[in-house]
Amino acid sequence: MHKSLRNLILVTLILAMVLSLAACGGEKAAEPDNSTEVETPSRAATNEVNVGIAQDLEDSLDPHLAQAAGTREVLFNIFEGLVKPDSEGNIIPAVAADYSVSEDGKVYTFTLRDGITFHNGDAVTVDDVVYSVSRAAGMLDDGAYMAKDTLKGVVSVEATDDKTVVITLADTNTEFLACLATTNVAIIPEDYADQATNPVGTGPFKYVSRSPQENFVMEKYDGYWGEGAKLDKVTYLITNADSLVMSLKSGAIDICAHLTADQVRSVEDQYNIEKDTMKLVQALYLNNAVAPFDDVRVRQALCYAVNVDEIIDLVVDGNGVRVGSSMFPAFQKYFVEELSDYYTQDIEKAKELLTEAGYPDGFSMTITVPSVYPQHVQTGEVIAEQLKAVGITAEIQQVEWGTWLEQVYSNRDFQSTVVGFDTSTMTARGMLERWTNDHAKNMINFNSPEYDELFRQAIVCTDDAEQTELYRQMETILAEQAANVYIQDLYDMVAVNPALDGLTFYPVYVLDLSTVYYK
Amino acid sequence: MKYFTKKFVTLIITLFVVSLLAFLAFQVISGDPAAIKLGTNATPEQLAALRHEMGLDRPILVQYFDWLKNFLFGDMGTSYSYSMSVKSMLAPKLPITITLTLMAFLMIVVVAIPLGIWQGKHAGEPADVAAGMVGQVVMSFPPFFLGMIFTLVFGLIFKLFVQGQFVNYTESVSGFLQYLFFPALAIALPKIAMTAKMLRSSVVQELRKDYVRTALSRGRKFSSVLFVHVLRNALIPVVTFLAMTIADIAAGSIIIEQVFSIPGIGRLLLASILNRDFPVVLAIVVMLAFLVVFVNFLVDVLYQFIDPRIKVS
Repeated sequence: MHKSLRNLILVTLILAMVLSLAACGGEKAAEPDNSTEVETPSRAATNEVNVGIAQDLEDSLDPHLAQAAGTREVLFNIFEGLVKPDSEGNIIPAVAADYSVSEDGKVYTFTLRDGITFHNGDAVTVDDVVYSVSRAAGMLDDGAYMAKDTLKGVVSVEATDDKTVVITLADTNTEFLACLATTNVAIIPEDYADQATNPVGTGPFKYVSRSPQENFVMEKYDGYWGEGAKLDKVTYLITNADSLVMSLKSGAIDICAHLTADQVRSVEDQYNIEKDTMKLVQALYLNNAVAPFDDVRVRQALCYAVNVDEIIDLVVDGNGVRVGSSMFPAFQKYFVEELSDYYTQDIEKAKELLTEAGYPDGFSMTITVPSVYPQHVQTGEVIAEQLKAVGITAEIQQVEWGTWLEQVYSNRDFQSTVVGFDTSTMTARGMLERWTNDHAKNMINFNSPEYDELFRQAIVCTDDAEQTELYRQMETILAEQAANVYIQDLYDMVAVNPALDGLTFYPVYVLDLSTVYYK
Repeated sequence: MKYFTKKFVTLIITLFVVSLLAFLAFQVISGDPAAIKLGTNATPEQLAALRHEMGLDRPILVQYFDWLKNFLFGDMGTSYSYSMSVKSMLAPKLPITITLTLMAFLMIVVVAIPLGIWQGKHAGEPADVAAGMVGQVVMSFPPFFLGMIFTLVFGLIFKLFVQGQFVNYTESVSGFLQYLFFPALAIALPKIAMTAKMLRSSVVQELRKDYVRTALSRGRKFSSVLFVHVLRNALIPVVTFLAMTIADIAAGSIIIEQVFSIPGIGRLLLASILNRDFPVVLAIVVMLAFLVVFVNFLVDVLYQFIDPRIKVS
């Protein structure tokens, strides 16, 4: 026993030492070889790209259930609705080849595109369309379908022959087509159970595989009805924010969107930086129901105390566009540009308003910010600094995203917060409806009977010009009432490998990879 | 036999307590998995529907015991975030984290033990003093810092690996090991310094003892005394330390996986906590707890081999 044990230990130790020597020696010898051997792999040869995303699609891949903006951004390449948005904000036919609307605006008739197929090779039938729209509208079961709310007015979805589908609405809704043009109402095959983990759609790319926190792979779909994708393969690499810059510098990633100003500075010598607005409204959102923000004079004072241009300069290096209400500039016809300058920094005026409201010496407030968004955190910090000039002490409270959603968004237990709000449909309604008094998403408890009345008129209005005017009036009310301290629509900065071209931006939050190609 | 029964019962109780605590922790911290999934366009109706679908509207204890029952029958549940079975998510990731942990551990054993013995033998000599100083510095580097330095130096300057382009073992085993080399080294370096220092002082202490003098005076060669008698006694505290290190390395891999973009268990754990995806978190936590208990058990057995005076029963 003793002898064998001694031998065992001796052998182990000798082995360990030999290995350690081999490891040291081997490493030194191998270094020069490796440095020439491992080079940035050429993905151009195989016509594929790697796209970096900081957050994984922690979501169902079923387009009707997928909620996160990041998931819709990716699924846009795999799914289509009857109609879809183009890069100019028009709504164009997709799975439907054509459509017509009845005079009263309540009956929509869609003609199915000839020869269109799903990624599994099956032809798209009217039954699939009826199933998809009914399911998305929540008419089949009570699942948590995302479009349930926007498709509330749908009375029936019927196939009248094997090429035609008729959708009937309870009331006129001029924005109905826009509500159909999202992946949340994508056309999917009936009788297919694995949509959540192995999605099948009709888009230019088809799903290949995913590995949580690692990657998401899709390939060109050869049977696509339209022009189709120019790339053969796209791999989304999930790269957490801390190592993103390193991964760009090493060349592991070809395209990466949503970069911060700091990240752009570190990689701009190696990548083309393309930018477009993010289509959201960043603001210091104020809880209109709690003191002191239940007083319109206090809210206005805050608007006068803040210097928006300074924020845009300091936080995003000037890469933002001023907004003055809950509408972003890309929505051209609804965007009221004059409101952007409705308030300009005026410390005296701010102090006056505060004195009038009974706060001559200012007050203390808390800004609750989700820590995952560096731009929002930094904006909050700059605001806090600026508010000191009028005697307001603002304390920044950083919270985790999950906490923010529960505490601030659901329970409305907050004073103020900096975030950006966007819309899942390409409609003005998507931006403005949430601030109507009894709306479930009215996180800031905005309460203006006038605003609610304008909204009621707008949604039933069939005349486009008139409707646009009503929405613009609603925006003006938000500015006059200083519902929030409106700041900007930030630029989305995308690093693109200089060998690539063709990236197009959309008025909705998507990244279309079908147009991207190697020069 | 009695020993094994006792250990087994301890294991079961530990895992039960750990899983219960992890489960309760989610009830205490704020954040609702359904709300996180739905984000800022959620309405209360959608939230209620999703909570019902996830089974979150049931009493907490019912949720826990349902989970426990399924877990015992080998069903780890379905991830809230990914709608995938937890088992199918963990299965391809486990080998990655296990390889990383073992690689780091191997580096520690292979470098620190010979180094510690050598330093102990040459205690007080200039080389030992120099090694001790270097060790003191290396020891104070946190692995994530070393990781960042490594990505910069070995990844970007020397291009020994492409940062961010992880090579999975399913594609190429050698590429996989090559990618993991530097992350493992970042975890191992500070531990190497600690282990060597510990073994050195342990050896020095043993060398002063009477039995060494006696053995030497009987004409035994120094190296034979060192390797046969001294080392066996000196290794006991080091083995204990190494055992604790395994749990430490596994935990450290959570950080290192972030730095090097390695899609292992650690990254999944972190993301799952942020998403309040507790079927995934519970499965991982229970596995980590199992690892700690299991390693402790192995160490107990190992003690007996090193020093037969220690009886496990």
